[in-house]
Amino acid sequence: MTVFSLELKRGRLALIIWTAAIATMLAISILIYPEMKAQMDALGEMFSDMGSFSEAFGMDMVNFGEFKGYFATECGNVLGLGGALYAAILGIAVLSKEQKDRTADFLLTHPISRRRVCAEKLLAVYVQILILNLAVAVVSLFATLAIGERIDAKIFVLIFLAFFLMQIEIASIMFGLSAFISSSGIGIGIGVALLLYFLNIIANITEKTEFLKYITPFAYADSAAVASNARIEIKYLAVGAAFTVIALAAGFIKFDKKDI
Amino acid sequence: MKAISTENLTKYYGKARGIIDVSLDVEEGAILGFIGPNGAGKSTTIRTLLGLISPTRGSAKVLGLDCRKDRKEILRYVGYISPDTAFYSGMRVSEIIELSARLRKKDCSAEAKRLADRLELDTKRKVGELSLGNKKKVGIVCAMQHEPRLYILDEPTGGLDPIMQQQFFELIKEKNAAGATVLLSSHILSEVSKYCTHAAVIREGRLLAAKRLNELFESEAKHIVLKGVKAFEPLEGMQTLKKNGNEVSFIYMGGAKGLIGTLSKLDFEDITITEPDLDEAFMHYYTNEDDGNDGILS
Repeated sequence: MTVFSLELKRGRLALIIWTAAIATMLAISILIYPEMKAQMDALGEMFSDMGSFSEAFGMDMVNFGEFKGYFATECGNVLGLGGALYAAILGIAVLSKEQKDRTADFLLTHPISRRRVCAEKLLAVYVQILILNLAVAVVSLFATLAIGERIDAKIFVLIFLAFFLMQIEIASIMFGLSAFISSSGIGIGIGVALLLYFLNIIANITEKTEFLKYITPFAYADSAAVASNARIEIKYLAVGAAFTVIALAAGFIKFDKKDI
Repeated sequence: MKAISTENLTKYYGKARGIIDVSLDVEEGAILGFIGPNGAGKSTTIRTLLGLISPTRGSAKVLGLDCRKDRKEILRYVGYISPDTAFYSGMRVSEIIELSARLRKKDCSAEAKRLADRLELDTKRKVGELSLGNKKKVGIVCAMQHEPRLYILDEPTGGLDPIMQQQFFELIKEKNAAGATVLLSSHILSEVSKYCTHAAVIREGRLLAAKRLNELFESEAKHIVLKGVKAFEPLEGMQTLKKNGNEVSFIYMGGAKGLIGTLSKLDFEDITITEPDLDEAFMHYYTNEDDGNDGILS
């Protein structure tokens, strides 16, 4: 597991920064809830009554007066987008950075198969995403307890699970792409993550664009929907799993045959 | 067994030429100088042998193993120095050397220390702070510490000072004496003529010659110096022509009879005929645009 531990070591600083940033923003959002709660009755009605705008962000589905609704929406904004960006940047660079930094010659002239390199790098990506989500979940839990609020354990777990799975899908798709490029591709990573985020917003607005929910993983990780239905939408998740498998297979096959 | 054996090895990058029909055999225990101008196909050949790129056609075997199918097994026995010498930034020299050993699942710490001492390499420094020469030393330790059977060295001495270059070749000679085979890709002709037992010349993707060093230019090439030349015009068979006042020197390719015929057309006072030195002879392969050879001479 030499490549795996090398990846974890090299990604350590970025992991700490992204985790700290997301956890801090989410913790602040939670800690200011008691102050906002007083104004929430009026605000909640307003937020859920802004037509398409409310639908776009799932605010029609949750009650802002309740901590659950507030948490789901804030979590969707902070961990949803932040986690997706982190996963995309991590995934897109994992193979391509070896060529960009010209370290591929060093790594691939050692007796280790390219499939093994791919597998260990992918595992390192998944583990880093898991660490980020666990850390953010723990911080969120303590922040929630600190303000004396409670949230149903099942919903809490489901929200974090949905985001974790979404990040795994995005990272896997980016990993697949990473095998095809020789530049760092960070622009592609950020672009695709934002595109998928906005596709879900568009899909929420009208029924005509609802098919987009099958494309973007933000559909099954829509925390407002997860919180109000107490479940992850399996039909969207299944399509996401299929995209994940296809992207991984393409990445492994391409990298195995690629001219370095 | 041949240490390296390629047959009609060809690589195109899209439509761009890499190498064409390279058939090269390197005997075990040889030190082969692999020479040619920039873009001739030296690195393409080497990268194919290492399995970094796949050939368009043809086959390549290293230590009897197929370069495509047995890549991992081959790399167990090969030490490679890349012309790029790029390492993971932020890591210390000792960490890079240990990483290389761990990737080989081998404890090489004793040999690594010996090599670092010989090359005067400070293993505590971060690789990002190192000069090109010191980075090269890190590459040398990584390529040698696991005692490979075959060294593939792609311009290994770039950035090394003359003393370190000498130290490096001492190490190579020791490894060769212990049985290792060496493929040395180089632009520096004096390196090849001084340390190699064999040489292969590649130009525009095609292998022009591959022989023992002393056989390679034991052809009909002669170094001619004419003094007191009164009237001179270049004639067929003359290469690398130099004129200095009444003195003219050139390499003649074309056999003794041809030489006598050519000389009889010239008016001069004195003549010296010697074997060409290696630099001159190599230069002939580098620069000759139309020598009629489009394959292997040997």
